[in-house]
Amino acid sequence: MSVPGGGGAPELFEMPPGEPDLPRGRSGLLSGLSQEGAKGVLIAVVSTVVVFFVLGWVVVHSENWPEVKRAFFNGAEFKDTFPGIASRFLRNVEYFLIAEVFILAWALTLAVMRSLPGPVFFPLRLMSILYTDFFRGIPTVLVVYLLGFGVPAMQLPGVPRSNAFWAVVALILSYSAYVAEVYRAGIESIHPSQVASARSLGLTRMQSLRFVVIPQAVRRVIPPLLNDFVGLQKDTALVAFVVAVPEAFKQAQLEQYADFNFTPYLGAAIMFLIVTIPMTRLVDWLIQRERARRQAGGGL
Amino acid sequence: MSAAPTSDGRVLRIEGLHKSFGKLEVLKGIDLALSEHEVVCLIGASGSGKSTLLRCIDLLEPIDRGRIVIHGEDVTRRGVDVNRVRRRIGIVFQAFNLFPHMTVLRNVTLGPTEALKLSRSEAEARALELLERFGLADKKDDYPDRLSGGQQQRVAIIRSLAMQPDILLLDEVTSALDPELVSGVLDLIRELARAGMTMVIATHEMGFARDIANRVCFLDQGVILEEGPPDQIFSSPREPRTQEFLQSILEAGRM
Ligand SMILES: Nc1ncnc2c1ncn2[C@@H]1O[C@H](COP(=O)(O)OP(=O)(O)OP(=O)(O)O)[C@@H](O)[C@H]1O
Ligand SMILES: [Mg+2]
Repeated sequence: MSVPGGGGAPELFEMPPGEPDLPRGRSGLLSGLSQEGAKGVLIAVVSTVVVFFVLGWVVVHSENWPEVKRAFFNGAEFKDTFPGIASRFLRNVEYFLIAEVFILAWALTLAVMRSLPGPVFFPLRLMSILYTDFFRGIPTVLVVYLLGFGVPAMQLPGVPRSNAFWAVVALILSYSAYVAEVYRAGIESIHPSQVASARSLGLTRMQSLRFVVIPQAVRRVIPPLLNDFVGLQKDTALVAFVVAVPEAFKQAQLEQYADFNFTPYLGAAIMFLIVTIPMTRLVDWLIQRERARRQAGGGL
Repeated sequence: MSAAPTSDGRVLRIEGLHKSFGKLEVLKGIDLALSEHEVVCLIGASGSGKSTLLRCIDLLEPIDRGRIVIHGEDVTRRGVDVNRVRRRIGIVFQAFNLFPHMTVLRNVTLGPTEALKLSRSEAEARALELLERFGLADKKDDYPDRLSGGQQQRVAIIRSLAMQPDILLLDEVTSALDPELVSGVLDLIRELARAGMTMVIATHEMGFARDIANRVCFLDQGVILEEGPPDQIFSSPREPRTQEFLQSILEAGRM
């Protein structure tokens, strides 16, 4: 028997900046295959090969292919520039990791502020709402420019002068607004009876949040959170706009300027994809698993 | 069970309790008093306000008028520490509401460690003793979704008992259970009554009410229309509405 209020997280998926909607209705990429058995797999493999071969043939034999190839898929250029770009990508990973830690903490604070009931907490709720509305309403790249160039330019005593530092701060401020909304959806998805149970044991409001609501809420929002992680990893490229010390995208840009060739961007793209595709697949897999579990009538 | 009774010896006294949800006045002046070790069953039609009354007693719902006095202390006065009051009152809901992300043991120790500030080991000793007593010790490391409904409900009651409350409120604790699971829970409650627990029980199980209650209160249209010893209420109810209600229960085959 399932516990009323224990099951069924609602759809919690908050779109990260500029992201297309998540596929909700369809089942997993491979799920249809397992039902069809070996024959199904064979058909899938053959038709995939045929489709990709035909597409490839059309592209390669199109009139402008040689030029496209020279500009974007230049082997020599790639060999030349890719190692540099790949090593610069470590910086993107570093920005990502540092930002993520602060985003997770700050966003949770914002979400908790917003969930506090009663007139006493109205100012906190209002602040949280204004904050999230503000940062969700302006392009992340604008915040990166504003802080990344603006703050160092003021030359305030005791304030870091590094453009990269402030660009990462901008990412933190901006992404926290989105992640706070994800957390909030999670918090609101916890049935009020859970809080009633906790409060009836004499736990304070804060204790109920800490021990009962937040642990369950966070578990439910892991897929959409990961989704925002993917967005953040991509948006570390925005730091390129304000820094002198290059990360992967900036490095690619410098190479492009030097050689009048766009292949370095391909290198940068590959580095991003190496990280983001597994994350995206993981999100999909988690969502599938959650859905299967919900259909099986499981609890959490 | 422990705190010193005041002069009138009442564990719980409710005076003129009114409660509305918006325009709907659910409780229209409830008066009820319980002595130590007394077991009172609340019966009444669906929507008559049994759950609301219990939730008001545990201060989970703000009341509009009236007083709730526990061991001589008015707990509905302004500025009272609701958390402290709730620690003295146990409440168990129809839907168990165990914490699904915690093991059975942690469900039971959470209140003692966080609200009562017991050490983890003290809380666990207390929890294990209760789980042992009610035959659930082997489930201590399981998560609630691995338990049957009846086991979950027993854990929910144990979770309340671990707070060693002065009074235990039970809100239709068997109505969400499959019939074959009901008796285990009812046996537990009987055992508590024998041990002297003061209880208010909202229930649709008339047979159970009849055999466990010292007093039965029939809730109708926001007031306690009739109360008395179970034999009197069930065999010779005075009020026509009580008769009607019991008749409808009888026809539904629930007695
Ligand atoms: N939070 C709420 N907001 C608005 N109305 C409510 C709320 N809780 C209860 N009510 C209303 O108050 C009335 C009494 O409800 P309550 O749950 O106390 O009845 P009950 O006697 O416990 O019924 P049942 O036997 O079905 O459990 C009902 O009409 C119900 O719709
Ligand atoms: Mg009820």
